[in-house]
Amino acid sequence: MTVTDIMQKVIYALVLLLFSQLAQAKLEIEIIQGNASALPIAVIPMQWRGSGPPPSTRVAEVVASDLYRSGLFAPLDDEDIVDRPVDGESIRFGTWRLLKVDYIVIGWVNDALGGNGYDIVYQLFDVNTQERLLSQITTVGLGDLRFGAHRAADAIYEKLIGVPGAFSTRIAYVSATGEGNDLQFELYVADADGFNPQPVVGSPEPLLSPNWSHDGTRLAYVSFEQGNSAIYVQNVATGARELVSSGKGINGAPAFSPDDRYLAMTLSYTGNPEIYIKDLTTGQKRQVTDHWAIDTEPAWSPDGKWLYFTSDRGGRPQIYRVAASGGKATRITREGDYNARVTISPDGSRIAVAQGRGNEYRIAILDLETGRMRTLTPGVLDESPSFAPNGSMILYATREGPRGVLAAVSADGNVRQRLILTEGDVREPAWSPVIR
Amino acid sequence: MKTTWRLLLALVIAVAISACKTTPPISDEPATETTEAAPVVEEATTSGAPDPRDYTDARNFDNSQSLLSRRVIYFDFDKSEVKAEYRAVVAAHAAYISANGSSRVTLEGHADERGTREYNLGLGERRGNSVSGLLAAGGAMGSQLDNVSYGEERPVCRVSDEDCWSQNRRVEIIYTAR
Repeated sequence: MTVTDIMQKVIYALVLLLFSQLAQAKLEIEIIQGNASALPIAVIPMQWRGSGPPPSTRVAEVVASDLYRSGLFAPLDDEDIVDRPVDGESIRFGTWRLLKVDYIVIGWVNDALGGNGYDIVYQLFDVNTQERLLSQITTVGLGDLRFGAHRAADAIYEKLIGVPGAFSTRIAYVSATGEGNDLQFELYVADADGFNPQPVVGSPEPLLSPNWSHDGTRLAYVSFEQGNSAIYVQNVATGARELVSSGKGINGAPAFSPDDRYLAMTLSYTGNPEIYIKDLTTGQKRQVTDHWAIDTEPAWSPDGKWLYFTSDRGGRPQIYRVAASGGKATRITREGDYNARVTISPDGSRIAVAQGRGNEYRIAILDLETGRMRTLTPGVLDESPSFAPNGSMILYATREGPRGVLAAVSADGNVRQRLILTEGDVREPAWSPVIR
Repeated sequence: MKTTWRLLLALVIAVAISACKTTPPISDEPATETTEAAPVVEEATTSGAPDPRDYTDARNFDNSQSLLSRRVIYFDFDKSEVKAEYRAVVAAHAAYISANGSSRVTLEGHADERGTREYNLGLGERRGNSVSGLLAAGGAMGSQLDNVSYGEERPVCRVSDEDCWSQNRRVEIIYTAR
């Protein structure tokens, strides 16, 4: 262990301590574990150049907060922003160098779309080389200024990190409120930063396993509203929904194929849970697995050729892989007593699972090429991992005492953040694809 | 004369109903031991208390002395075998269901919070299947039995410890018709 390693561990410990104390007072998105090598960046408040009063959304704040949440950036605090340049010529690079800032974002907001929208006009500069790295105009409708700010953050992230940002995406999750038999379940969709939560469906009976279509328009989920599990597909924008499966036994674990034509699912009408693929256009389904074990939680490889799934055919739940056309299944996970609920990275090179050892469940990631598996989260009841559409982070469900909360961890395990979105017990997160 | 009898009958029914109401609810606690010792059997008369070992008698559902009053079966972690201590309870219900052809039962399978939700749906169903298999072996018809798995979605206890988990790993025998 090098001195730098020790220093990093000390900094992590201090950050952890600081935030565990802050958490008492503030229930928002917080970095639980930071990254010592985060890039220092100044996001200057953007000048309002429109006709009426300025909009309430402060674009620079949203951008800075997105970049901060990624764990890869350390935005300059508001009170340290000593100068407020709006165009490139007025940036005093020497000042920002003294403040140890590597990058600076400047810009303004003006009316667009004939008064029905806004332009966010922004530029990104490298403070050391004084080079302009990015110059963009993002145009959005009147109610979409936050979304526009997330788009700007995506572009800045991509320019500096080399991977598209995932800030303008959304997340789905389930909340449960109430006690005993008096429970209310709600399926929500919110912006990736937890803002703007919109209820999709509510029920006094359990809701679980939301899964996004790859075009980002629909959610498949499991509802017990009719007394048994049933699979629905619902259009998020219109609310229109379709009952896809409500046979005898389990109707669970829906997963859209990459082309959104098929839905993989677990059905047990034969008396035992097996994985099926249903063609959403023709309604025809075919059986993929055939084994006395519990086969469930199918997830598609990005090329649509394979299904990864959970099976206890070897005694305990482990991840297996089978061709989507059927055939022999191959065991994929070998470390740990319990590996289940697989999520696959967008490039197909890594999988993340809920891994159990004794009474502790953590999110673990397996590199399919090297076979190396590592634990990303501290536990003790972490489950439902869901990859960000850019592969940078994994959203998952965890516990704080009896309460379920959502958290996200970077795919390298270096940065963790907790998201507390709404009241109640929050679980079953699903990160949307990139919405174009 | 007839009026007196009617009044008496009404009184008996009222007492019987209030007795039912004051009967404590069936315990959700897992039984820690089997009750081998036969409870005191009162003289079974047509108007008196039922024989607790008469598993064809619906009155025993509310008789805490009878195995029919026990309608929750508990399981070990990640296991679905009905443990020896619950076999007599399941057998009692099998006797009732087979003797009462119009009775219908839903077996609600549940799991504790550990592990993933969809896998636990499978586990809850497997537990329900274990109980329904024993009921069928004891004479119940398949058409009388229904199986619903709630997985870990409907816990009776919400603390993350073994005591609580052991109460959540269960199959509830629910009579939809007696």
